[in-house]
Amino acid sequence: MLHFLSSKNFKDFHDDYLYWIKIFFLTLVIFGLIISLFVSPADYLQGDTVRIMYVHVPSSWLALQIFAVMGICGFITLVFKTRVFTLIAKSIAPIGFTFSLISLFTGSIWGQPTWGTFWTWDARLTSMLVLVIFYIIYISSWKIISKFNLAEKLTSIVSLIGLANLPIIKFSVEWWNTLHQPATIKFTESSTIHPTMLTPLLIMFIAFLSFSIIIFLIRFKLESLNLKINSKR
Amino acid sequence: MNSKVKKRLYFFLVSIITILVIGKFIFDSLKINSVYFFSPTDLKNTTEIPNGVIRIGGMVKNKSLKKVGNQYSFIVTDFKNEILVNYNGIKPNLFEEGQGAVVEGKLNTRTNLVATKILAKHDENYMPKEVADALKKTKNWKKNYGK
Repeated sequence: MLHFLSSKNFKDFHDDYLYWIKIFFLTLVIFGLIISLFVSPADYLQGDTVRIMYVHVPSSWLALQIFAVMGICGFITLVFKTRVFTLIAKSIAPIGFTFSLISLFTGSIWGQPTWGTFWTWDARLTSMLVLVIFYIIYISSWKIISKFNLAEKLTSIVSLIGLANLPIIKFSVEWWNTLHQPATIKFTESSTIHPTMLTPLLIMFIAFLSFSIIIFLIRFKLESLNLKINSKR
Repeated sequence: MNSKVKKRLYFFLVSIITILVIGKFIFDSLKINSVYFFSPTDLKNTTEIPNGVIRIGGMVKNKSLKKVGNQYSFIVTDFKNEILVNYNGIKPNLFEEGQGAVVEGKLNTRTNLVATKILAKHDENYMPKEVADALKKTKNWKKNYGK
């Protein structure tokens, strides 16, 4: 894998497949949006407000998963000193940041009609805001610190510390009394969502995931070229 | 693995374990203080009546919601204890009898709360209206779904 990522193979892969991933993403997102906005049924309680979920839930998942990947990359960077993982974390950070913002934004426009408030300081919402702050700290440390080696170390530490926040976000709805409802899709038990609503949700998740992969491939190429140019100086 | 990598690996494992232990302590102390809402039973078990703004969460008891103009009165229950809530204002769409709700306000007496804000609590069940109606008809409502 290291060999694959750091060598010329990666760039060839990039140029060959990026086009197809883009087409895959476009078809999936158009298909997914049509299903989730028009075909899927309205909820028995929330009515059409439920359709916000098809954007909210996949972005929240990705915001968490991307930070998890960043944390693991940070750990590998600090212990094994392999630069590739630094670049991976650096390239995916803005994607996760965007998704976490989308998650908060769609969540609050869902919360207004459903709960009756845009924002409340319950455990889930607050811990999600903390995640956004971690993303901001991570990205801005790359911007502020000009020395690559120092920035590499500090951002890895930031991502490692932020890793502790992820289980808090995930389990906040179980550990505390929160306004936010507990998880609908569970790994251990059957989900409490009807299949006609689960399908568009999963399609949208795969669409968002492939979008992240596209942006990752572009940004990874950019970052590795950047590093090469800067090291030659 | 050379010795340098090993050293760093040990260092990080030790520091991660330390952070986890510290985190556990912080978490335990937070768990007591960061309650978003109390249940009516929690409230009954407190020794003195809290006099600031508090939040109470539970189910809106069936057939307890009364409305006069913008004045609402209803009972919030956790099926063990109940609290009568008075509220003046606009209610959220999802606020109904038999649904979860969180009310914010000041306690009048131990079992009466004057709410300044109502929040409807949504549960984790998502289903089309037709399915919900069918489930209600066959009396499987909120019993068999999702199991």
